[in-house]
Amino acid sequence: MPVSTSSAGLPLWQRRTTAAQWLRFAAWLFGLSLFLLCWKVISDNTLWVFVEDAGRQGSDLLGRMLPPRWEYAEKLWRPMWDTLNIATLGTALGVLMAFPVAFLAARNTTPHPLVRSLALMIIVSSRSINSLIWAMLLVTIVGPGVLAGIIAIALRSIGFVGKLLYEAIEEIHPTPVEAISATGASRLQVMNYAVLPQVLPAFAGISLYRWDINIRESTVLGLVGAGGIGLALNASINSLAWSQVSVIFVMIFATVIVSEWMSARVRRAMI
Amino acid sequence: MSLNASEGRLRAARQGQWRRQPFITGAGRRWALGVAVLAYLVLALGSVDVNWARVAEGAGRAVNFLAAFTQPDFISRQGDIIAGLIESLTMTLTSTVIGVLLAIPVGLGAARNIAPLPIYALCRAIIAVSRTFQEIIIAILFVVMFGFGPLAGMITLAFATVGFMAKLLAEDIEDLNWRQVEAVRATGAGWWQVMNHAIQPQVMPRLIGLSMYRLDINFRESSVIGIVGAGGIGATLNTSLSRYEYGTAAAILLIIIAIVLASEYASSHVRRFTQ
Repeated sequence: MPVSTSSAGLPLWQRRTTAAQWLRFAAWLFGLSLFLLCWKVISDNTLWVFVEDAGRQGSDLLGRMLPPRWEYAEKLWRPMWDTLNIATLGTALGVLMAFPVAFLAARNTTPHPLVRSLALMIIVSSRSINSLIWAMLLVTIVGPGVLAGIIAIALRSIGFVGKLLYEAIEEIHPTPVEAISATGASRLQVMNYAVLPQVLPAFAGISLYRWDINIRESTVLGLVGAGGIGLALNASINSLAWSQVSVIFVMIFATVIVSEWMSARVRRAMI
Repeated sequence: MSLNASEGRLRAARQGQWRRQPFITGAGRRWALGVAVLAYLVLALGSVDVNWARVAEGAGRAVNFLAAFTQPDFISRQGDIIAGLIESLTMTLTSTVIGVLLAIPVGLGAARNIAPLPIYALCRAIIAVSRTFQEIIIAILFVVMFGFGPLAGMITLAFATVGFMAKLLAEDIEDLNWRQVEAVRATGAGWWQVMNHAIQPQVMPRLIGLSMYRLDINFRESSVIGIVGAGGIGATLNTSLSRYEYGTAAAILLIIIAIVLASEYASSHVRRFTQ
């Protein structure tokens, strides 16, 4: 689009060259076609008969969920306690494992590049796999229950905490490290007195943040049998007791809001 | 008290006994925290009942599963894996596009500096609901409403994307450089023109980066919402795990890891290109 034209009606200034304009057009065309193609795949795999009465189904569902059966909340304290334990113990276990992995993965503290790529691989595989998948796996291995949930959360947390922590380690100030090394300190002493104090606040912050996320994730682990409030949710859904489901939703909502508020407060107090 | 403690530390240091500064100041606080943590651990670990016989029985399976990673089985369920992957990938793309498009108005509404209070409250409520519940819980509801299949999954992921993107977009708008907005306003620009020429250029690079990141997250999530019937590779994975077909499960997990790695690599390039 020319911004100004000469007296002869010819464009004087254009934002992009003609080639760039065509390239942009081609990119948009490609993107749009890709989107429509994907949409067609989804549409082919959908039974539209069921979609047509979605509104009626939705209002029907809402009608069954309201009013919530509040008496059911009394049976939820134990599952809720389990959920909190899964999140907290899982975070603690995950953080314990992530700590050494992060030191091995950071460019400035790793003993050997080969060790570094191994640690990075651990971090990537832990991050790419959702905690529910870990839980499904662990339920087949250690059996259904809280233990599977704790380990699932821990395995998922390694990648997250490890990644953020090794980035923090790579960003430390080099002068304290040089100063401690100059006193003749060994590698471990350098880590202990120069690296650790610099990353400790970041480490605590990251762990708390992960705990907050883990509370959210541990609410659903029960869907695959890994304990917590998800078990109650699954049972209620399978028996079509939607008025109990809404109570569980309210509980989850309240827990998540409170944990988010708590972790934000503690993090602010630390910094 | 803490002043005394730090003076004591200094005095000891002068005599050659140096101790580092504690992370949490105040000895009383440290002790209280330690006792509280210990009490919680005892209570929590006491309430975790573990069936050790079952764990021992499963140990063999764990070895089998790890062994399966050395020879993943891509072949015997090839058809199911490919169908699941195509569903997952299409769901990922469409839901990210739709979610980001919907997130832009919600994000604008949730930024306190450009939205009036009622709209702000409404948009923040949408964000809170969308962020609190896990994708899989939302998927359960949408599967009931829209029936089994990838459409329910797509709507779920789009809904989750709205919460995520709108929150970050709103935060971005709230701390943008206000002078450019004033400058554009001073030329007599209307609301649309202010959005287009003062706000959009400032948030666009980050918006593109976040969209790429969300594409990544949506793919990872699309691999689990199949568990409740919302389509995608999750259903295939769930079936293979419950049949103890660890070869197939390992193959699917390796494919997921490879795709996540590839998209992370691609998104880091896109981000470098836009910034």
